[in-house]
Amino acid sequence: MRRDVFQAIADPTRRAIILLIAFQSMTPNAIAEHFDTSRQAVSKHLRILTECNLVKQEQSGREIYYQLNGTKMKEVDKWLEQFRKIWEGRFNELDNVLSNLKNKKK
Amino acid sequence: MNSNLQFDFTIDKERKTISVKREFAADLNLVWSAWTTPEILDQWWAPKPYQTKTKSMDFRVGGFWLYAMVGPTNDIHWCKADYKKIDPLLSFSGLDAFCDENGNVNEAFPNSLWTNTFTEKNNVTTVNILIEYKELADLEKIIELGFKEGFTMAMGNLDQYFEEKFKLRNEI
Repeated sequence: MRRDVFQAIADPTRRAIILLIAFQSMTPNAIAEHFDTSRQAVSKHLRILTECNLVKQEQSGREIYYQLNGTKMKEVDKWLEQFRKIWEGRFNELDNVLSNLKNKKK
Repeated sequence: MNSNLQFDFTIDKERKTISVKREFAADLNLVWSAWTTPEILDQWWAPKPYQTKTKSMDFRVGGFWLYAMVGPTNDIHWCKADYKKIDPLLSFSGLDAFCDENGNVNEAFPNSLWTNTFTEKNNVTTVNILIEYKELADLEKIIELGFKEGFTMAMGNLDQYFEEKFKLRNEI
């Protein structure tokens, strides 16, 4: 099964989990305490996030900790950068229009 | 050419906003009319290679701008801006939505409230654009879809990017 980062952030619970573990790595139990949903539901979200490579598991003693995978989050940033470029292109066009209008006035 | 003009772009997920700030080397009157006159908007609003074609515009509170973004393969995306508040030469705000050619809003896509504020200093006009979404999910959806249907992806590579994304998703 293939998954991508955008599917991961499409779900509100998963977004909340991402925010939660962005600050510190947490065990599944500690994460589940923050949600009304069942422990199983949280596990399923964690599985999807792991499959999308957005979070990583780390074994520490008997416990498994989940932490954010920073490089994968950069994919989202990359997308935003392209979004920004659209604005940039549009504004450059407006620069040209404005300079034409100014010349006409003279 | 315009590298000395300021351009900021920030997304604030907590406040569910996108804010864009840009300076233009022109006086306030000119910049204001570029944002509020359909003949001028048609020359720059759509990101390349799309073109803006205004069907109608009534720049008054309660009025709206109905326009199409026409692509190189003649694909047409209809958009609408409902003007909510206008302070001449200072700011205006409007509700942005995707619609059909008669202006019937497509509810399937999140709409957003735009507030554009204009200030001039030494013949340079700064435009602050604040785009607010009702729900964080709306903002996420816009980010996720990349304005796929509405903001009309101008850049071929971005279209391709999303094609790949949707293909991936369909395989799941």
